[in-house]
Amino acid sequence: MIQLKVNGGGQSFDGDPEMPLLWYVRDVLGLTGSKFGCGIGLCGACTVHVNGQATRSCVTTMRDTAEKEVITIEGLEKNGLHPVQKAWMQINVPQCGYCQVGQIMQAAAFLNSKKKPTDAEIDAAMSGNICRCGTYQRIRVAIKAAAGEMA
Amino acid sequence: MSEVVNVSRRRFVTGGIIAAGALVLGVRYYSRLSPGDKLPHDTNADQAKLHPSVYLGINPDGTVWIVAARSEMGTTSRTTLPLVVADELDADWKQVKIEQAIGDKRYGDQNTDGSHSVRSYYDAMREAGATARHMLIQAAAKQWGVPATECETELHVVVHRSTNRSAGYGELASAAAKLPVPKREELRFKPKSAWRYVGKGEVSYDLEALVTGKAMYGMDARVDGMVYASVERPPVLGGKVKSYDDKDALKVAGVRQIVPIDPFQPPPAFQPLGGIAVIADNTWAAFQGRKKLNISWDNGPNEAYNSAAYKDELRETSRKPCKVVRSTGDVDAAFSKGGKTFEADYYVPLLAHAAMEPLVAVAEFKDGKVTAWAPTQNPQGVQDIVSKELGISPNDVICHVTLLGGGFGRKSKPDYVAEAAVLSKKTGRPVKVVWTREDDIKFDYYNAVAAMYFKAALDAKGKPTAWLQRSVFPPITSTFDVNAVYGDPPHLAQGWTDIPYDLPNMSIENGPAKGHVRIGWLRSVANIYHGFGIQSFTDELATRAHRDPLEYLLDLIGPARTIDFKGVNYPNYGASLETYPWETGRLRHVTEMVAEKSGWGKRKHGKGSGVGIAAHRSFLTYVATVVEVEVSDQGEVRIPRVDTVLDAGLVVNPEATRAQFEGAAVFGTSVARSGQITATKGAIDQSNFQDYTVARINEVPAQTNVYIVDSDAPPAGVGEPGVPPFIAAFCNAIYAATGKRVRDLPITNYGLS
Repeated sequence: MIQLKVNGGGQSFDGDPEMPLLWYVRDVLGLTGSKFGCGIGLCGACTVHVNGQATRSCVTTMRDTAEKEVITIEGLEKNGLHPVQKAWMQINVPQCGYCQVGQIMQAAAFLNSKKKPTDAEIDAAMSGNICRCGTYQRIRVAIKAAAGEMA
Repeated sequence: MSEVVNVSRRRFVTGGIIAAGALVLGVRYYSRLSPGDKLPHDTNADQAKLHPSVYLGINPDGTVWIVAARSEMGTTSRTTLPLVVADELDADWKQVKIEQAIGDKRYGDQNTDGSHSVRSYYDAMREAGATARHMLIQAAAKQWGVPATECETELHVVVHRSTNRSAGYGELASAAAKLPVPKREELRFKPKSAWRYVGKGEVSYDLEALVTGKAMYGMDARVDGMVYASVERPPVLGGKVKSYDDKDALKVAGVRQIVPIDPFQPPPAFQPLGGIAVIADNTWAAFQGRKKLNISWDNGPNEAYNSAAYKDELRETSRKPCKVVRSTGDVDAAFSKGGKTFEADYYVPLLAHAAMEPLVAVAEFKDGKVTAWAPTQNPQGVQDIVSKELGISPNDVICHVTLLGGGFGRKSKPDYVAEAAVLSKKTGRPVKVVWTREDDIKFDYYNAVAAMYFKAALDAKGKPTAWLQRSVFPPITSTFDVNAVYGDPPHLAQGWTDIPYDLPNMSIENGPAKGHVRIGWLRSVANIYHGFGIQSFTDELATRAHRDPLEYLLDLIGPARTIDFKGVNYPNYGASLETYPWETGRLRHVTEMVAEKSGWGKRKHGKGSGVGIAAHRSFLTYVATVVEVEVSDQGEVRIPRVDTVLDAGLVVNPEATRAQFEGAAVFGTSVARSGQITATKGAIDQSNFQDYTVARINEVPAQTNVYIVDSDAPPAGVGEPGVPPFIAAFCNAIYAATGKRVRDLPITNYGLS
């Protein structure tokens, strides 16, 4: 039996310990904000926070999540919107939106450790997250806006 | 109640793509539901108190329901079209609720492709809004005992200024509902000066849902009792299962059942590809079970298909005379004069869509009917193929349209929804079919691979006296007709038969090519290769003539004129040439404007740096793009800046339009940098984002500036037209920076990355 916390609540899981966290939160818990994009950690659509670190949930097994604290987009901000979400709206980042939850989770974790990122630092932090619609230019602007808000 | 309002509520708009200038409003009627009359797919608009259009309903609380009948895949059409309704209605956007239509012919064509949502539905949306506004005014005038002509509307209210009276739309809805629906001739449309939303735009209605993870994509659809399926498909198109062993797969925890899907009868069209499905309790178990299947395949004749040999075949065909699809003057006579000539070959490989949301669909077969939930661009196409596969009527297929995690044309082809429906019938449960990324890459409807050959005879100034161009590609029609080998007029029209140059002798040709994979539409479609070929060859001729590429391009476009397509089969994207003539002056204008905006010829470029330009009309929109690149000694290409100017006629939502062109530059970057699908022995070589790479944040233009020409011309497309000129301008910039001429995409063929 694997014990973990998801968005602050305790959970236990007795299924296949090799099941990736992504499918646990989506299919078992019904938290569908985290997205399936590639299944091998190459696109970032599935990004969640595990003990505060941006993590690709599609390649993180339930075994490796035991005793950890998982935050998905559904638990990113308890009251209203997180500054990154607000910035995403202010800059009107999303097109189809499918990758944006992963982008936001990646950016939120990044901004926790980097208060005033440069373009190069943003590119380095965000280069694991693919957006096929091509909203990257706005993502850069939104991250800077959110950084200002969080400072 | 007049006769007009008693129109049957089941009358449908007929016909396919509605030609511009001949727009039909969905049948207008009041919602008069009797007990037992409720259809499973009635919208809130249908059931609203005032309901003068299939697209619109107003409730006594003032809520305005607007039906989005087109699919939302990121272009914001789900917001932009309702904005047109709201504007003409003078509605408060905050009181508007948008609901997504199911697949239903009463909305007209719903296949959200070809960049024509606004173009084809702008008038219908205006009419819907104006109709309701007219009735609300009539109702208020009647209540107040004043002439309707003295009443007007402000935001969500009807007012009578001289008596200082006003009434909200909600209060008037019931009274308005008792009045006859006006004829179109009776409607008064708002003047441009009074537009609230059109031309100003609005962010996506779904914006907050998109950033909070609450938005519902096909991947997120869930139905009680649903099981999950993953399908192992024949690796080669047309292949069949010879035998299979499912013992190990059935041992995987969570796997319930193994179900074969029949192979298709050619042509493939939108039929499931066949194969073996693993049915499980969750997605992961289905994926795991699938890995344990042992299947032996009969690959069939397409096993002989190899991309490298096929490329040679296409090229060989392009070097011989092909079918002439448009000609002026006499190229042969001009070439035989023995002057200076120049020739070049270009090549664009197969391309995959790779939308971020892999294909997925939920379907439930019950009591002879199917209900599907799918991220589809084409819900009526879903009804059609599902009904054929299951032998039921299309009217017994209800297709709910979720949000789409990208589409780019792939989700116009509903093979994946048909799979879910077939599996639901076989298992007796609702089934969610989830494609892996590998499935998505390997079983796409690819953008055609194309080989192009160009030859020009040149005068003393390096200007062509004769121009010959041949393109050879497996046509999209080959997906629907096994014998089709030539390009069909609508796709040859995509930047090929409509080459806009003012030259005395031209021969525009197309050669045959047989398809061995499914060929389909991808954002910009044939314009991708045609735009690349023509705009690259133009740049090559300019540099050979030692002329400025901008000045040379304008010289070839020639004076402002309307292209005469007499004797040419030129479908013009389904639009009439009267309403949407091909005006070279508009192409000149965007070209001149992008030169000015980008500082063409004024900025200095150091070693390894340069700019390129290209201009292209597609989907009735004129676009010119300047790309700046910096190339390191190691061949790494950076893109510091892109400037792009578009003339799309009336632009309803400029904000969304800018986003589309920013995105088009990124999409074009992916095509040019690394876009390449290949096959070995008929099976696709690529599988996921490690070998079908798409542009990441550190590889895309650092800054894309989008400029929209202010125009009163009728609205044209914005989703696709940004891609073709970007690709050519990018490659022309690489030449300017390095002297390396990219003729075969992607640029990795030239030691560039």
